[in-house]
Amino acid sequence: MSRLRDLLDAGTFVVTGEIAPPRGTDYGPMLRSAELMRPVCHALNVTDNQGASLHLSSLAASRVVADAGIEPIFQQTCRDRNRLALQSDLLAAWTLGLENLLVVTGDDPRGGDHPQAKGVFDLDSTQLLQVASAMNAGTDMLGRPLKGGTDFYLGAAMFPEAEPWDVQKARIEEKVAAGARFFQTQAVFDLDKLARATDAAHAAGAKVIAGVLLLRSPKAIDFINERLAGLMVPDTIADRIRGAADPVEAAVLLGIEQARAIRGIADGVHIMPLGLDDAVARIVREAGIV
Amino acid sequence: MIITRPRDWERIREQLAAVSASRVFIVGCGQCATVANTGGEPEVLAAKERLVGEGFEVTGWSVGEVACHTSGQRLESRKHSGEIDAADAVLVLACGAGVQTMADAVEGKPVLPGLESVFLGNVVRHGVFEERCQMCGDCVLDRTGGICPVTTCPKGLLNGPCGGMWNGMCEVLTDRECAHVRIRQRLIEQGRSRGAEPLPPKDYSKKLKPGRVDLRAERHGGDAS
Repeated sequence: MSRLRDLLDAGTFVVTGEIAPPRGTDYGPMLRSAELMRPVCHALNVTDNQGASLHLSSLAASRVVADAGIEPIFQQTCRDRNRLALQSDLLAAWTLGLENLLVVTGDDPRGGDHPQAKGVFDLDSTQLLQVASAMNAGTDMLGRPLKGGTDFYLGAAMFPEAEPWDVQKARIEEKVAAGARFFQTQAVFDLDKLARATDAAHAAGAKVIAGVLLLRSPKAIDFINERLAGLMVPDTIADRIRGAADPVEAAVLLGIEQARAIRGIADGVHIMPLGLDDAVARIVREAGIV
Repeated sequence: MIITRPRDWERIREQLAAVSASRVFIVGCGQCATVANTGGEPEVLAAKERLVGEGFEVTGWSVGEVACHTSGQRLESRKHSGEIDAADAVLVLACGAGVQTMADAVEGKPVLPGLESVFLGNVVRHGVFEERCQMCGDCVLDRTGGICPVTTCPKGLLNGPCGGMWNGMCEVLTDRECAHVRIRQRLIEQGRSRGAEPLPPKDYSKKLKPGRVDLRAERHGGDAS
């Protein structure tokens, strides 16, 4: 059973973290990150070729995490696989005991480490949610019965701060209609916008786990603003890190503040540590979440 | 029209060297490649000059009406048969369709591409071309306000925007508006909505390679595909 689903359904404020599979087969460091976050996280997202760059598959890495007794959130992008491979991997994930599934579009290959690659995008994230919903109902995407279906807890991505809002709201509703039961958001800096998006998701029938990105250095902020898909750190936030004598401590304090605020708005917090894995436990504790 | 770009000159030299060609016949195209300024008369003459400057002999050149027309290109080849016979290779400044038409017309001789074929383009204004249609065989423009998401969205998503859209702008091509935001806004301006149902996955069986349409067979009740 998905503990994430049980907790969210029970109204418990959840904490999720994020780990990146290695570029290679040595998953030891990934597991050490997972162990650092385990005491305070209910589940950990395992990214799928994040940044359109080569990593061990989320499928294998999620299983490794599950074997260590930590609940994974298996991520699947639409970038690298056609509809046959996507369905096949969803069946594989369920067979391997992975119950939480986060469906995302995926970054474009031209921004990754294999810019020569063909971006597949045979399905988009809404369509892939529909496919996973069909599998939960025991059929493939064409409605043909499966010999054994799935019961994924389906999640989708959301960007509460991106305007225009009416478009984002329509997307939230479409994704819930397609089967999403929880959202994980990109980094949130504007709490009013988070509240607006959370209301929309709740009205549609889904939970919201709001993102906190640990801004460990001025350099990290520049990277995020210039390179990460559609993320913009507001100057008021960025200046706190840029002006700090100890940027890491400033980033942790900011994270604590954000997590505490999110607790009053959303159903959970998703911490993207950006390398500050050892700070996650402190953030969660000092935010008063556990 | 078919948009072409000049092939990297170094590759042209390499492919001529690979067939030990020192005498070359050059073919252009009177249609798309002329409009794209890649394979019209001026570009064919410029290629000729460049080849001659590098020590090749150019036995002749031609810019027919349209390079992808089989019988037209055969006729054009016959007109220049002596010059083609005298060449070691034929360099075609046309799209890949034109190169292959020429290759079929002069089967005994290496026919080499002088351009890269890049997309089916709209002529936005003179000399400015944009890709608007992928020729997917399964048109969705009725539901997308006349803006093709398959082509205009760099990821080709049917339902969007993706999570990278920021203030109406595309995450991949950050100086461009997000196609999906434009689609939704245009539909609203027209008093329409995109409908509650997401667009279904594309049916790629509508666009199987190689494409073929045979109007003659259709007229006689045969299979058009």
